Amino acid sequence: MTTTTQPQAPTTTAEPERIRKILVSKQDRPHRSGPVSASLTYGWRALLKIKHVPEQLFDVTIFPIMMTVMFTYIFGGALAGSVDQYVQWLIPGIFVQTLIMITMYTGLTLNKDISKGVFDRFRSLPTWRPAQLVGALLGDQVRYTLAGAIILIVGFVMGFRPDGGLLGVLAAFLMLLVFSFSVSWIWTVVSLAVRSEQAAMGISMFILMPLTFASNIFVNPTTMPSWLEAVVDVNPVSVVVTSVRELMSGIYDVGSMMTVLIYCVVLVAVFGPISMFIYNRKS
Amino acid sequence: MSSHDLAIQTEGLVKKFGDNIAVDGVDLSIPRGGVYGVLGPNGAGKTTAIRMLATLLRPDAGRASVLGHDVFTEGSTIREKIALTGQFASLDEDLTGIENLVLLGRLLGFSARAARRRGFDLLEAFGLADAATRQVKKYSGGMRRRLDIAGSLLVTPELMFLDEPTTGIDPRSRNQVWDIIRTLVATGTTVLLTTQYLEEADQLADRLAVIDHGRVIAEGTPGQLKAQVGSGALKVRVADPAQREQAAEILSGSIDAEVTRESDPSALLLRMDAGSRAADALHALESSDIEIETFALGHPSLDEVFLALTGQPVESETTENAADEQKVSA
Repeated sequence: MTTTTQPQAPTTTAEPERIRKILVSKQDRPHRSGPVSASLTYGWRALLKIKHVPEQLFDVTIFPIMMTVMFTYIFGGALAGSVDQYVQWLIPGIFVQTLIMITMYTGLTLNKDISKGVFDRFRSLPTWRPAQLVGALLGDQVRYTLAGAIILIVGFVMGFRPDGGLLGVLAAFLMLLVFSFSVSWIWTVVSLAVRSEQAAMGISMFILMPLTFASNIFVNPTTMPSWLEAVVDVNPVSVVVTSVRELMSGIYDVGSMMTVLIYCVVLVAVFGPISMFIYNRKS
Repeated sequence: MSSHDLAIQTEGLVKKFGDNIAVDGVDLSIPRGGVYGVLGPNGAGKTTAIRMLATLLRPDAGRASVLGHDVFTEGSTIREKIALTGQFASLDEDLTGIENLVLLGRLLGFSARAARRRGFDLLEAFGLADAATRQVKKYSGGMRRRLDIAGSLLVTPELMFLDEPTTGIDPRSRNQVWDIIRTLVATGTTVLLTTQYLEEADQLADRLAVIDHGRVIAEGTPGQLKAQVGSGALKVRVADPAQREQAAEILSGSIDAEVTRESDPSALLLRMDAGSRAADALHALESSDIEIETFALGHPSLDEVFLALTGQPVESETTENAADEQKVSA
């Protein structure tokens, strides 16, 4: 038996007295957070998750490199005569395609996330409810930016030299981020409406494949049958690709930029409320 | 009592999931202050009822008001006054303890600095300061529960929903959670607690409702319920199974209790009425030459409560765990 007194051990149990003090301490109840601050807070959560689980960036790092290298070298010679020339045409297209493909993962992540207990708590808070979805999509902007930067760097190494310079590329990047954010709302609807991640994946691919291939990403649509050309022309992906190509070449066409923005507004206006409708009724 | 004096009032509350009626016409009047327990087995409809009251689910029929506000039309006002600690930890497991609290604090409207300060204060009070920067997925079950409850106290709620706060955690952590709940109630918060354990309801609740198949089958103070069920169960195990019959006779002769022969060939179970004296039974057995292996007085298990209230045992498989829990504390 030892008679020396033990030094105070670090607290590892709850202390009722301290809890009581905290509860009764006149803590001014804060004003409820506004939609913007709540959305940004959820966006911060998405960033923290990237910090703690960096593996989740695999799809936005390896996938873009694979897409860019593969498509350029496989199709380059056959479609444009030389890889060098094709790179100038393809990089803006593959830039758009890859980012839009990656938006799909937003839905998949959300599908997993929402099934967890923490979403019950979020939904029981007095915050603007769409903030939970908006914040997740804002956090994904970081992923999109990373993927986009990787494509552009790989493209540059492969010989892509846009005429619009840095400014044009940045303008195109910004426009694409806005478009990707808007497209993401399609996947929130899909992921909220279906039961499993696999189903969400299947439906997303079913929408994405025609959307990205029946476009002007890989080839000039004038070579297509006229009915298909008509479809390709109104495909929002083609509209974005055209605008991105223009901006990267230093052409600032207000008309095509406006068209993209209108598509963005329509996507959010249609799929945002549907998402929230399903989200609020989800059990 | 007007609806303003009540924390919760429901009339004919119904929720269906397809063909399954999860909550089937629940009427509750829960006063402000204290702990109200909702006792029932898995799948009885406890969680669904809580989710409706916390405005996470829309009822299919009936009326419900929480702190005097209608769940159909005033969800946003209700959410300002309540906090929910779900059955499965309502935490982000990828984030650290402090990050979880700051996240919730920011969402409640605290500034970044205030949220951090409040977060650290809570972690310290809940004995989690050492684990502040550890990811929640590396927490033990008891630590998660404490953090979960701390997350509900960033702003002291008027009404707190605790959905099975001690399911799946060890007895020591459970006692801590009980202490926390008692502290919370002492400062004026009303707690609605669901549980599968009669002992937990008995320890904490001022009043309780027993739910089965989405219906309230009994309501009252723990004392009233125990009067219906019997105050406890006496478990006797003899060393030699051949002597069980003899022991059963001695027991039924010495105290006023119904003797049940368990499937274990050495065991007997006596459902005791209030006022029965276990000591008398012990004396009677001692004066015989029967060798006794176990002589334990415990709370009636949830199974016995249901048996007494409905005449049918609980259908789910969870009651065995409940009985085990009772034994630990007996």
